[in-house]
Amino acid sequence: MLHYKTRKNDQVINLQAKAPFEVALEGGLLPAVNGAVIGVALNDKILYQSLEKKFNEKPHISPPKTPVLHIKTDNTHIGYGDAIRIPSDMGAVFAGPSLGIVIGKKACRVTEETALDYVQGYTIVNEVSLAEASFYRPAVKAKCRDTFCPIGPWVMDATDLDSPQNLAIKTYINDTLCHETSSNQMIHSIEQVIAYISSFITLEVGDMIIAGTPLRTENLEINTGDVVVVDIEKIGRLVNPVVAE
Amino acid sequence: MKRARILFNKETLNVTINNDGKVVTEKGTALEEGSFTWLPPCEGKAFVLAINYADHAAELSFKAPDEPLVFLKSSNTLIGHNQKTYQPDNIDFMHYECELVVVIGKEAKNVALEDAMDYVGGYTVGNDYAIRDYLENYYRPNLRVKSRDTCTPIGPYIIDAAEVPDPHNLGIRTYINGELKQEGSTKDLIFDVPYLVSYLSNIMTLTPGDMIFTGTPEGLAHVYPGDEVIVEVEGVGILKNTIISETDYLNSL
Repeated sequence: MLHYKTRKNDQVINLQAKAPFEVALEGGLLPAVNGAVIGVALNDKILYQSLEKKFNEKPHISPPKTPVLHIKTDNTHIGYGDAIRIPSDMGAVFAGPSLGIVIGKKACRVTEETALDYVQGYTIVNEVSLAEASFYRPAVKAKCRDTFCPIGPWVMDATDLDSPQNLAIKTYINDTLCHETSSNQMIHSIEQVIAYISSFITLEVGDMIIAGTPLRTENLEINTGDVVVVDIEKIGRLVNPVVAE
Repeated sequence: MKRARILFNKETLNVTINNDGKVVTEKGTALEEGSFTWLPPCEGKAFVLAINYADHAAELSFKAPDEPLVFLKSSNTLIGHNQKTYQPDNIDFMHYECELVVVIGKEAKNVALEDAMDYVGGYTVGNDYAIRDYLENYYRPNLRVKSRDTCTPIGPYIIDAAEVPDPHNLGIRTYINGELKQEGSTKDLIFDVPYLVSYLSNIMTLTPGDMIFTGTPEGLAHVYPGDEVIVEVEGVGILKNTIISETDYLNSL
């Protein structure tokens, strides 16, 4: 089942569909989730390898001992079809394709063995960011700008998806395939990420974890006038135009 | 006006605080302390300033930053007045941090410095506990240090901005078991209230209920299970909380 949200007369409507073609996408949708959104940074193998040497230097001194987390505030969340608004004076802006893990049951201190029992399903995230010049300080300025986190179009039930840890993730800009990765590139698995976060943050129903974004090369740079598509195998396609802030 | 949120008979209520310090419901009933649970007085994004007092920067061996050093907390960490914060087992550095919290009163985007105070709805008191044992040099201070369940008491209430004529001259005090441990003044803020509102609103849209924890002055100390910790911002409020062990916390779930 696919779960999605739309708005009617200022009311949020929760809808379900059995198949993608049943969902009317033309008018745009609300973000597919409405809880807290926590991202796992440095959780992609290629990205991690590209920085590994720096992790032993100042200011990091040693590699991360635990998954590196950040928060995408609610002003960043937008739905399918909504415009990503980018500033003109802050340097390059990058798409951040990722699997979204949606919590279906309150999760407090869960083990890796039981972690998947707490997942309602999966969605598609475009974790937009300014250049990640440093991982030393929290990236509020780079990651928490309005509209910098498209989520959707829907949440697909976990029961409909047999291999969430092995899904192709493709990014298209203006219909050109410009980046390919897979959810098998995560350093910390879905189970590990849920167990770690829930060891000190109680995850509520509807909260979402951004599983991990890849190295942001110029292939992922987005500009005003572009249309960005993040396509995750078996789940769907998240489409958003890019406009000037 | 002082406004708060409480849990009373399993219902969340918006209440006010009268001149005698009593909680009064929207129907006008005054409630006895102990008959309800204090909730965080607002819901929204929670921004926190790190090293926003020069003396605290020196205490942590940091030079004062050139621009505000802001991090975020997730809503799981917020608890109300008179609640319990758990201390994880096997740690040595759990520090309180008494802070003036600015509460946004109306939507703010790209606000100029000179207009910024118009967007402040009120103030409350925050205690931004940190477990420094867990500090890592990635998105520092990392969520495991600062965004833990029960780790951020806030309240008891929001006092209207109009009733705090000068937010930049308020005494900041922390008492552990009655003993004064931390003392400072908001006059020593590196980045003041209008600067922070303007700065953040130039990054993103701020909405009513968003909180800006403005940072803490020097005076760190470790706390222990059983300690009663009171943080006070003069003219704003007094926020009390008790430290419990991880075992007691797990038993309470």
